[in-house]
Amino acid sequence: MKRWAQPAAAALFAAALLLLWQVLAERQFISPVFFPSPSRTLAELYREVAQGQIWAPLEATAYRMFCGWALASLAGVLLGAAIGFSRAARDYLEPLLDFMRPLPASAMVPVAILFFGFSNAMTIAVIAFGAVWPVLLGSLHGFVSIEPQLADVAAVLKLPRAQAFAKIAVPNALPDVLAGARVGLAISLILAVVTEMQASQTGLGQNILLAQRSFRSPELYAGVVTLGIMGFAINHAIVLLERRLLRWRGAPA
Amino acid sequence: MRRILRGAAIPVAIVLLWEAGSRAGLLPMDTLSRPSDVAVALVRAFADGSILRSTWQTVEAALSGFAIAAAAGILVGVILGLAPLLERTVAPSIEALRPVPAVALTPLTLLLFGFGLRMEAAVVAFACLWPILLVTVAAVRGIEPRLLEVAQALRLSFASRLRKIILPAAAGRIVVGLRVALSISLIVAVTVEIVMNPRGLGYGMIVAAQSLKPDLMYAQLLWLGFLGWALNALLSRAFGRWHGAFGPGVRP
Repeated sequence: MKRWAQPAAAALFAAALLLLWQVLAERQFISPVFFPSPSRTLAELYREVAQGQIWAPLEATAYRMFCGWALASLAGVLLGAAIGFSRAARDYLEPLLDFMRPLPASAMVPVAILFFGFSNAMTIAVIAFGAVWPVLLGSLHGFVSIEPQLADVAAVLKLPRAQAFAKIAVPNALPDVLAGARVGLAISLILAVVTEMQASQTGLGQNILLAQRSFRSPELYAGVVTLGIMGFAINHAIVLLERRLLRWRGAPA
Repeated sequence: MRRILRGAAIPVAIVLLWEAGSRAGLLPMDTLSRPSDVAVALVRAFADGSILRSTWQTVEAALSGFAIAAAAGILVGVILGLAPLLERTVAPSIEALRPVPAVALTPLTLLLFGFGLRMEAAVVAFACLWPILLVTVAAVRGIEPRLLEVAQALRLSFASRLRKIILPAAAGRIVVGLRVALSISLIVAVTVEIVMNPRGLGYGMIVAAQSLKPDLMYAQLLWLGFLGWALNALLSRAFGRWHGAFGPGVRP
């Protein structure tokens, strides 16, 4: 099998799927109201990009997503480090966190609305609540799972606690923290969309909702495609960042 | 014992401060309510059966979506796991669909199905499909090749190969994917209800908040937290047993 055959087959498969959809929609085998043809969706997407309509909601969604995610990552790393390092902190916090963790973050939307009204603060609070868990668990695991030999080295060298933390614990936790942050970012995007839909905040989520209410389905699909591309892009951006920050580990794990 | 006391310290302190603060008039009643009112609202919601009814609506949608995703995910996953060439052909298309946030599909499912159980289950199924599918593909591909050779030597038919070799050998890892998907299903169901579907616990919370009954809203939030916690505890226990029965033990 030649090297290009496999990617070519994959591309062909994707193209065939889209073509099938296109034909079915044009022949009206499937309702163009529910499944507009890919070409109409693409044309709509192109129009939005060309006329610049897409940037304002994209920016609003991305802004909320990043604020909530940054807050969640910071809180997650600190909490994880505290719980990982101190037995007492673990005893005090673990049952409470265990109860809060399976709570759907979207269930915090009504609570956050009561506290913050329909504002960016509300959105960011909900996103932070939802995205904190993977970072927290990652950082907890990273700080707990220090190799005993490394701890021995620190003891032999009589490293002060602060230095042992910076030189051994942090590098050890970094891969887990970054993996958690990656999951957290995906959650942040989802929650940004959820809060926009529920609380009528401008953004991609609200655009999709408005498109549906007025039966402009190509616009709806264009919005979904944009979100898909966004999710794909941020995931890859973090993977690249991970590779850069973890270069010292050598071969990727 | 000390751990239990320490673990209870913060929640108890929060409840006491909350109750005392609102009795002293320091906390706004219209957003925070107070713990005693929340407890009363919870009891009342159980007494008139409303919370059990909405819990069932949520669970029904979550389980229906999960069942659809499990059936489709395992079926397609086994096929793709057995045919690596096909898998590599389809994988990029799957990777393109996977990052679409499931909730972004709620408007679409509303167009297709209207309000109700079906739209909610469809969104849940989309969200649950990916973990099940990916884990199944990996699990089937990770089956000890000698097991498959045995099946070939015995000239088992495809159906009995599936039933006697493939599914038992892959079950341990597939269950991991099912477990992840089951927790996702409850979260997505509540989310769809909060965003638009007028049924279930999520919608109940929205209605309580909008009709200025924060006590009822917090009561439902507590109940939801308990449900999630119970589901997780149940799954860890069941999962531990599964792993014991079907984990490394089946290796030849």
